[in-house]
Order: sequence, then C-alpha cells, then structure tokens
Amino acid sequence: MKARFLIPLVFFVGLIVLFLIGLGLNPREVPSPLIDKPVPEFALPRLHDANQQLRSADLRQGDVVLLNVWASWCTACREEHPFLMELARRGEITVYGLNYKDERSEALRLLKRDGDPYVASAFDHDGRVGIDWGVYGVPETFLIDGAGRIRHKHIGPLSFHAWQNKIQPLIAQIRAERK
Amino acid sequence: MTRLILAMLLSVCTGFAAAAIDAYPFDSPEKEAMFQRLSQELRCLVCQNQNLADSNAELAQDLRREIYRMVAAGQDERAVIDFMVARYGDFVLYRPAVNTTTYVLWIGPFALLVLGAATLLIMIRNRAAADGDRELSAEERQHLQSLLNTAREEGPHP
Amino acid sequence: MLPELGHFALILALCVAIVQGTLPLIGARRGVGNWMALARPAAWAQFLLLCVAFGFLTHAFVDNDFSVAYVAQNSNSALPLIYRISAVWGGHEGSLLLWGVLLGGWAAAVGVFSRRLPLDMVARVIGIMGLVSIGFLLFTLLTSNPFERLSPAPMDGRDLNPLLQDPGLVLHPPMLYMGYVGFSVAFAFALAALISGRLDAAWARWSRPWTVVAWVFMTLGIALGSWWAYYELGWGGWWFWDPVENASLMPWLVGTALLHSLAVSEKRSAFKSWTVLLAIFTFALVLLGTFLVRSGVITSVHAFASDPGRGIFILVLLGTVVGASLSVYAWRAPTVQSTGRFALLSRETSLLGNNILLVVAAASVLLGTLYPLVLDAFGLGKISVGAPYFNTIFIPLMVPLVFMLGLGPLLRWKRDDLSRVGRSVWIALALCVLSGLLLPWVLFHALDPRAVLGVGLALWVLLTLAIDIHRRTRQRGLWPGMLKLSPSFWGMAISHLGVAVTVIGITLSSHYSIERDIRMTPGEAVVLGEYRFVFEGVQDRSGPNYDASTAFLKVHRDGKEIATLRTEKRLYRVQRMPMTEAGIDAGLFRDLYVAVGEPLDGGAWAMRVYYKPFIRWIWGGALMMSLGGLLVVADRRYRLGARSGTTEELLAVTTRS
Repeated sequence: MKARFLIPLVFFVGLIVLFLIGLGLNPREVPSPLIDKPVPEFALPRLHDANQQLRSADLRQGDVVLLNVWASWCTACREEHPFLMELARRGEITVYGLNYKDERSEALRLLKRDGDPYVASAFDHDGRVGIDWGVYGVPETFLIDGAGRIRHKHIGPLSFHAWQNKIQPLIAQIRAERK
Repeated sequence: MTRLILAMLLSVCTGFAAAAIDAYPFDSPEKEAMFQRLSQELRCLVCQNQNLADSNAELAQDLRREIYRMVAAGQDERAVIDFMVARYGDFVLYRPAVNTTTYVLWIGPFALLVLGAATLLIMIRNRAAADGDRELSAEERQHLQSLLNTAREEGPHP
Repeated sequence: MLPELGHFALILALCVAIVQGTLPLIGARRGVGNWMALARPAAWAQFLLLCVAFGFLTHAFVDNDFSVAYVAQNSNSALPLIYRISAVWGGHEGSLLLWGVLLGGWAAAVGVFSRRLPLDMVARVIGIMGLVSIGFLLFTLLTSNPFERLSPAPMDGRDLNPLLQDPGLVLHPPMLYMGYVGFSVAFAFALAALISGRLDAAWARWSRPWTVVAWVFMTLGIALGSWWAYYELGWGGWWFWDPVENASLMPWLVGTALLHSLAVSEKRSAFKSWTVLLAIFTFALVLLGTFLVRSGVITSVHAFASDPGRGIFILVLLGTVVGASLSVYAWRAPTVQSTGRFALLSRETSLLGNNILLVVAAASVLLGTLYPLVLDAFGLGKISVGAPYFNTIFIPLMVPLVFMLGLGPLLRWKRDDLSRVGRSVWIALALCVLSGLLLPWVLFHALDPRAVLGVGLALWVLLTLAIDIHRRTRQRGLWPGMLKLSPSFWGMAISHLGVAVTVIGITLSSHYSIERDIRMTPGEAVVLGEYRFVFEGVQDRSGPNYDASTAFLKVHRDGKEIATLRTEKRLYRVQRMPMTEAGIDAGLFRDLYVAVGEPLDGGAWAMRVYYKPFIRWIWGGALMMSLGGLLVVADRRYRLGARSGTTEELLAVTTRS
C-alpha cells in the first residue's frame, strides 16, 4: 500500500480527534483579557446612597476582594445569591457588587427581600463601566488582589464547586505572595 | 452549567431578526462609512455568531454606542479596535489579528495553493503526452468507419 | 395512535435498511444473484416506509396534535397551514427524518433508473446507501425521535420560530437536503467502483448524471438560503460566512470539482483515483456539515439546539462512514491505473487546475471555520474568524478560477499549443480589460480596481464562450450550427455564463451599494444616488399570529414616483419575538430596500435605506448554473440504451466536446 494514499485517512483521524475534544469545550465562553491587569478606573454612585461614590481605589485595599456583577432582572443571579450570602456571613472575603443596567428601586427591592451580601454596590445604570470590565453577561465575578489587579474572572453563577476548586486556592496563593 | 450560561446569555439577546438600526448622525460620509465597517467587523458576544451591525442585543447596542462616540470624536479605526480588544479579547474581532497563533490561519490558504500548484505540475510532468499521439485525420476516420461498417454487416462473432 | 404508527414505520424502515445494507453487498462479493436482486425492492420498501412515517408526522402537525413533543415545540394552532407543514422540518428531529426520507428516496431512484447497470454494481451502490441509512435511522430512533409523546399534552404549542415562517424557508431546507443526500449516490458509486475494481469510463458515465442532479439541487438550495437571508433579515446582506453556511459551501465547491473531474474521467480515462477521492470528500463534507450543525461544537445562528449525546453519535457516524471509505480508498486506489496522458497546455490541465483551485478554496474555508476550535482545543485562547478573513482569502482564489473557466473550453484535449490559441483570444483579453474599466465608470461614475477586475473577468467568460461557439459553428454557419450543438455543450455554456452573471452581481453590489441608517419623521426624504425616498407614515395592523407597525415610503426618480415600499416591525404573539420585514422594490438592475427600526422621540422612526445595484444577478446566475446542469443531464448519451446509437454519433459524442 503506497503511503501517500493514506494521507487523507490520517488527516481525517486528526479531524475526528479535534472534534472529540471540541465536544467538551464551550464555544460561547469568552476568556477575559483583563487577567493580571490593573482594575479599570471608575467612579460610580453607590446603589444605596447616590451621593456617595464607589471607586476603583476602594477595591485596592490590600487584601483580596470579589467584585460580583449582578442585576435584579437576572434569573441566574438568584442561583448564586445564597452562596454569596454565605460567603459574606463567614467573612472569608469582602464582596463588592456592580449593579449592571438596572433600576435602582428594583435592585434595592431585591436586596431587601433576599439579603445584601455586598459591602457596597456600585450603580452602573447604562453599563458603561461594565464595558470597561469586559462584562458581556450577568452574573460575572472578578477576583481582585490587594494591589488592585484582576486575578480571575468567573463567568456565570458562582458555585461552591468553582469556589473550592479554583478561587480558594488562588486566594491562598495571593495571600502567600504578599508575605 | 453550560446550559445556564446559555440561558443567561440568551436572555440578554432578543430575537435577532428585528433590524438593529440606530440612525446615528454623522458629520461626514467617511465617518459614517467607518462606523459601518467597524460594526460589521466586530462580533456581538452574546449572540449566536452575529456582528454588532446586525444584532439588536442590548450589549450590541451599548457597544455600537461606544463606537459611535469614538468615531464621532474623531478617533481612527485602530483606536476603536484596540479599545474593544483590551476589554473583550481577540474573540471580538471577526478579522483575526495577525500574530504567532494565527500565522497558520493567514498563510495556510496560500501554502495550500502552492501545494496544489506543485501537485498539478508533478501530475502533468508524469503524464507528458508521448510523441506520436495525435487526433485521427479525415482519412483515418473514414478507414475506421468502413472497418466498423464491415464488422456490423458481418455481425458479432460467435 | 397515529404517531405510534409513524414510529413503528420508522423502526420497520430501519429493519429494511439493515437488510438493504448487508445482503446485496455480501451477494455482490459472493456472486449470489438472489441477494443482489434484493437491493432494489429493499430500497423501494424502505422509502415507502419512511414516507409513511413522514406522513404521520405531517399529519400530527396539520392536526395540531400537541401531545407529540416535537409538534408542541415547533407549532401552534394559530400557525397558517403551509407553515404547519414546513414546521415538520423546522427542528432537529423532523429535519433528520427528512434526511432519512430523502436518502431513501435517492436509493429508490437509483433502483428505478439503473436498468442498464450490471446487477452487482447496483447491489453495491444501493447496499452502501443502505449502510448510510442505517446510521441515520439509528441516530433518529435512538437520540432524536420525532414521535415522542409529551404528557400531559400542552394546550397549545410554542410556535414555529418566526424567522422560519416564510415561503423561502419552506423550500430552502428540502432543496439543500436533496443536494446533500444526492451526493451520497456519487459516493456510493465511487466506493462500489473501488471495491469491485471497475473504475472505467462506464462508471464515470453512470455516476455523472446523479452527481449533476445533486449539484443542481445544492446550488438552488444555497441560492435560496442566500436570497432568503437578504430579503428577510433586514440587513441587506446575502452571505455571512457563518459556519453552517460554510458547511454547505464546502461540499458545493468540491462537488463542482467532482462534476468536472467525472467529465474528464468519462471522456479521457484520466484522473480516476482523484475523482474517487473527490466523491468521498464531497460526501465527507456533507456529513461534516451535519455534525457541525447539530453537535454544538461551533456557534452559529443556524445551529439546532444541541445535546452531548447527539454530538457523540454524529461524530461516530461521521468517523465510521468517512473512515471506512478512506480506508477502502487507501487499500484499493493504488491499483487504479489512469491511462490518459496530456500536455501542459491542454484541456485536461485547465480542468485539473480548476479542480485544485476549488479544493484549495474549500480547504481554506474549512481552515477558517475550524481554526477557532483548533486554538481552543490547544488552549491557545479564543478567537473569531469571520467574513473579513474569508473574503480576503476566497476572492483571490476565485480570480484564476474564473479566468481558466473561460480559457479551458477553448483548449484541445490532450495537447494544444499557444499559437493555436489564436488572435481572437488576445483580442478578447484586451476587450475585457477595456470594458472592465469602462462599465463601472459609465454606470456608477466611480472606479474601483476590484470592480474593474470582477467585471473584466465576467466579460472574459462571455467572450471566450462566444469564441468557442463561433469555432464550433464555423463550418455549418452560426444558426444551423448552434442548433446542432449538444445539450451537453449548452449546459456547460449556460452554467459558465451563470458564473459570470453571479460574478457581476457580487462585484457591482459589493462595491457600489449605498446604505444609510437615519432618523426620519413622516414627510421627510432621503436621497441615495438618483433615488429619493419619502417617508409617508406608519400604520398599525394585525396578522394571523402577529401584530405589526407598517411604514410606507414612496420612491421618486427624475421627479416621477416609481414605487411604494412597505416595511413592517412585527411582534409575534406566542414567542414574543420582534421581527422586521423589509420593503423591497426589486429590479433587474437594482434593488431599493428599506427596513424600519425602532420608534424614536418626536414621532420619528429609525430607518435603514439601501440602494443595491445588480444584486438579483447573484441569484439569477445561480439559477442559470442550475439550468445548465439540467441541460447536461438531458444529453442523449445518458439516455442511450444498452445498444448505442450510430457509430458516427458515438464518435462525435465521445471524441469532440
């Protein structure tokens, strides 16, 4: 059997392997280019008090923080809400909120009804700051280190599984770096 | 998990066949053309493979607004593209960047063409027509015809 | 009750397919006449059973039987009848059943139109198609059963996606599937010939008409999809290089190469193993397309809702069918001898050159479509590859292709020389350059080098065709000569002319369109070129399953009113999905296009207005290509009986054109 006649078959087998791998991937998930980059500069009114601001400087407080992008119209956010409440209760990490393209009254009503896990929430009404963070869906959660660099972006509702396997080890690593 | 993300993303993306028309005013046709070009070359991240020009998802509308803002302010195409890539990564570009990971993509078709041309030349050289092959002349055709006619008359051999 | 009968018919069809896919093939290998003779009746029985199953599913739709899950997902009682019927193939399960029915249909057709073929060939071809049927029917029954019940049955269905509620989309999938499935016949013929070792001119002659007809359907299917996207989606585009669109273009490109390669194999006994490989590639690309659409591996507007189980199944199907055929190829192809010899300047070379260009084009499209997946699989990040990339690489490949398309038919078989090419060809070349410069200037008062190239190339095809006709009719005189030319020649001529027409359409509409997105209040006007669009106002109305706001615009030219355009924003009640219906004034030389957007403040509306020159020529050219294909099939030599016609006819037909 002449070798060159096997070329199409070999190439095709490679294609099948590619597709097999592909079946396990998610073509819709977009990785963030902001990893290891400093937090985008912003200054937004706070959700609870429009006269006060939440600024990017507030996220650079020396220890790791989470920034959670949420909205009252987002059904998937309800899924992660109990977990965020638990995180806040345990005091393991400070959680800030970015209220994305929402109505203030609706957002406040949700927090009153289900609880407020956030130290403070920024009110991004037109989504302009969300664009600077590369937000393309809700919910999304960013892990920010003490120096104000984004270290991880979690897309979708934050689950205990992701917290334990991805985020907690990273937090430990960051805290160890500081020493 | 994937389904949840899908549901979440799709909840942001409304039916795509409602035409995404913004009617932004421009002070020059060049700027308008630049806006159209950019919104066609940038991808809508929440849609099932559409560019920003055709999608009426909220994020697409927001991003078009940003493009408009920058184009109207006099920024050039490079600035707008850099802005989008800085925030969303290369995924947002329908015209892939040319870098080490995309060399194969951009050079590939040309390489294939060269390969094809080489194959063609090799195949031809292997089959170069031998001398003496030529088409039948008029006399030869007649001769052939008479031979066949004879064969017909005689019928098939047993 | 009836859906269960449909389900039962589907299971029976699978059983028959198993018989069809095994016994005739074994019979052909062992020489058992009775088993080979089973092929035809098995194919007919399978087709009949599949029609019955399809009929029951259609009945469930027409009857609004929402206890069937598939009907509940894709239909609604307010849906007009024609769309209730087309909804049968509107979703994954039903479209898969349609695939199965058409596959059965083509196999049955092979059974009918194969009287002149030796029995073992027929048995092998139908047997191989039976094996493919087994794969698809298993896939349908095990993962995508359209007859599944929903309990409790909902009061009403979720309605057909409003985008699909359109006449263009009623026809587009069936046409496309006829093309896709039709290439399985060429595939089966190629494999049968490989297995039997009988790769001769006769094989090429038998499989060519089947391939041409499949190609015609595919051309029409793709053109319909493109035309539909243009008038329905409201953005004036007609090709987006979406992965699923590419999945239909790739087999079309390779299928075109196959068509031409078969022509050479038939006449000159050359290219044999290359032709077989093309036949396998074409069908492999068809199956690849099926995988891409239904597995969720790539993101596309066309993709059906996916499911990991389905993805794995189709991958196994793809891997088995193509892997097996390429293995047979690797095993048997080395024994195939092509005896034809030809020189550097000959028709064979130009045909082979075009083949290579078409395959390189298809491979490039494949590269671009799969590249994001490749990078992601290697963990190298996520990128997008879209229209800007494909346009950049595809168009330069088409330029030499169209050039050779004109030159090729003028060359002699086997060997030609430059002096014979003749003065007329050089004159034609000069004329093309000239008109390429003149025509865009005269029509649009603007010169774009790419437009010059496109127009010049299209004219090149026309002029070389004229030279060809002149040479062939020189002896008899033009009119009597033209009447004597075979349908096969006219088929080629019209198809090639169709390519030129499409090239003009693409070139001029791409470079000389005008688009404006503006805010208009009733009474306001906007000017595009020579046309003045006046916005009259908006009226509300209600349709059968939607509510609409209709905007009216009047178009003026040279001070005279020439058209009234209606464009609507519709809201479909069940799915709450908004849609825009564009208003188009279609013309042979230009389209005027408006689409209404959102209402703005102050009683104004966002409006998109387009002037698109020569855009109908794109699909007109595709129609011509299809017509040409049909003429080729109508040629006498495919309808010649076992005993050929006179010697003269045979000589004329096989050695000249």
